[in-house]
Amino acid sequence: MNPSPPPPRDPDLLEEALGLGRGGSPPWRLAFVEDCVETSGAFVLHHFLKRALSTEGDGTVVFLGLAQPFSHYDRVLRKMGCNLSVQRNKNKLHFIDLLNLEFLDEKGENDIEIGFMDLYNRILRSIEAIRSKDYNGGWTTIIIDDLSHLEIAAHGSAKHVLDFLQYCRSLTSEMDCSLVILNHEDIHSSDEALQMLSHLDYISDILIKAETLSTGIAADVHGQMTVIIKDAPGGLIKKLHSFQFKVKENGVEFFYPGSRF
Amino acid sequence: MAESISRSLRDGCLEGEHAPALTIEDSLACPLGSHVFDHFLANLASQIADGTSQARGLVLVALNRSPSFYIDLLRRKGVDASLVDKWVRILDCYSDPLDWKDRIPPLMNVQKPSTRENVSFFRDVRDINKLLSSVLDLGKGFVGQGKTRFAVAVDLVSNLLRHTSLPSVAGLLNNLRSNDQISCIFWLIHSDLHEPRVSTALAYVSTVVASVQPIMQLTDEHRSRRDFLWLEKNSCKAKFYVRLKRRNGRVKLLAEELHMDQVGVKFAAVTSENSFVNKSLLPKVQFNLQLSDQERVDRAKVVLPYEHQGNGEAIQIYDGRRSLSDDQKDPHLVQPSTFSVMTDAQATSGNGEIHYIRDSDDEQPDSDEDPDDDLNI
Repeated sequence: MNPSPPPPRDPDLLEEALGLGRGGSPPWRLAFVEDCVETSGAFVLHHFLKRALSTEGDGTVVFLGLAQPFSHYDRVLRKMGCNLSVQRNKNKLHFIDLLNLEFLDEKGENDIEIGFMDLYNRILRSIEAIRSKDYNGGWTTIIIDDLSHLEIAAHGSAKHVLDFLQYCRSLTSEMDCSLVILNHEDIHSSDEALQMLSHLDYISDILIKAETLSTGIAADVHGQMTVIIKDAPGGLIKKLHSFQFKVKENGVEFFYPGSRF
Repeated sequence: MAESISRSLRDGCLEGEHAPALTIEDSLACPLGSHVFDHFLANLASQIADGTSQARGLVLVALNRSPSFYIDLLRRKGVDASLVDKWVRILDCYSDPLDWKDRIPPLMNVQKPSTRENVSFFRDVRDINKLLSSVLDLGKGFVGQGKTRFAVAVDLVSNLLRHTSLPSVAGLLNNLRSNDQISCIFWLIHSDLHEPRVSTALAYVSTVVASVQPIMQLTDEHRSRRDFLWLEKNSCKAKFYVRLKRRNGRVKLLAEELHMDQVGVKFAAVTSENSFVNKSLLPKVQFNLQLSDQERVDRAKVVLPYEHQGNGEAIQIYDGRRSLSDDQKDPHLVQPSTFSVMTDAQATSGNGEIHYIRDSDDEQPDSDEDPDDDLNI
């Protein structure tokens, strides 16, 4: 007698804020996760990864790993109850290893645009592979960790990074997929770099911001999260959610301030 | 004001004159520019479909949003789909602006979205000359040659400026404006993505500059780019400033208010209630944080303890060796008391007074220096 599948779990505060509910496609296309030196937003990407690959849904993931090797994410997600190696073998996860990404042409000279075009091509090929066999119409999430490494590969050229993001953004509407990008907000806090953040604001329809508590470091509360939902990319703020979080070995807890005591 | 802009776009240009050109600019502080652009686009498309405008067709250069977005928009705004297909041409600079898709293998086994007849791909936004000729060819293609004119809309000049220089973009807009077959032209720019000279340069190419600004201006408290609560308060309403350049050279500045609702953007005359917005934002507590009119008057009447105010009182210098009640008179001192005591008469009148006596003649009069500054505590 086959064991009955576990009952679907209730969505957490982040999933509720993002309108993710119990599986299904997100009602947005491009989400930026912003963090800072004091509070890493990597746990949000892990959370998205686990949710997209969960057995409750038919989601698939294309993960651009610029910051860490596959083994890092595999180790982290195992503790969260998700085996990335198995998901990769099942064609649900396509991990594009981009450690030490450099854009060089045949002569070894920098060719940033060609490099980004090749990267876009690799994303397309991953989506093609995901949807070629045993594809049951599940939602594809493209996760990029993280934007600063793209800027490094582009030798600081914001223009090339934004061109690449425009292509990724048009892909979300053509291919019915969504894009989640981690960005270190404090890298762009100077006046010259602030325009880059403005550009990103104009193209995103969700912003997830992980910050430290204004009161300082605490043992049971690791930071606060703000989720901004816009009515359109760069448009009006439709809704604002704010809650706190605690990052644990096997996941993350989200809760409203004062609700845990 | 918005109505007059719509009429100006509808009426187009006079013989021998350049086409009217409208710049719509906004910023993240009030990101309603896209909605304003959509409003004028839908209005003009309706007028073209009704045959009431000088323009007999519309070419939309889509850099920021997909062609399907605009087709859906016009359908939602009530423009007949068949007339959209007939009189609106969209130059798709959004899907493949740098010609990447032609240089990589196409997707296999993946259903591609269907293309529409009135949408043409443009794959090299860096070539401004080619963009200009594509727009003109597209317009002439459905309105024909001769004196028939068409309108042009560019959904985001900021994206063009990422690919090419300001002189090139200004040249493109100027060439379009001065073309004999262009009835009117309008575009959107996000002013906070560029240096101020960009907005200025585009203003010189325009006959009308419409600027969307927040109702409440940024204060120092809100300077942080991410004061989201402030942004939320400003989200649905904005100020709509319009700078009109008349043919005779006169520049008029007008203002309206705009607000967003379910249907779209609505414009209204400026009301005075918004001048009280800041006051109404005081926290609602049980004690009064504001001054009444009488309290303001009394505060204005308070004489400050500065010697330069010359209110007829003698300058007093405190000599600590003398007691407060000393009756002896010193030629250099008048009353060696440290503080004056409010008399009963003054107390009953309710008037406050401040009396200040310098410690010594060495102290500079009306000085802001703290005499304890040199203490190293």
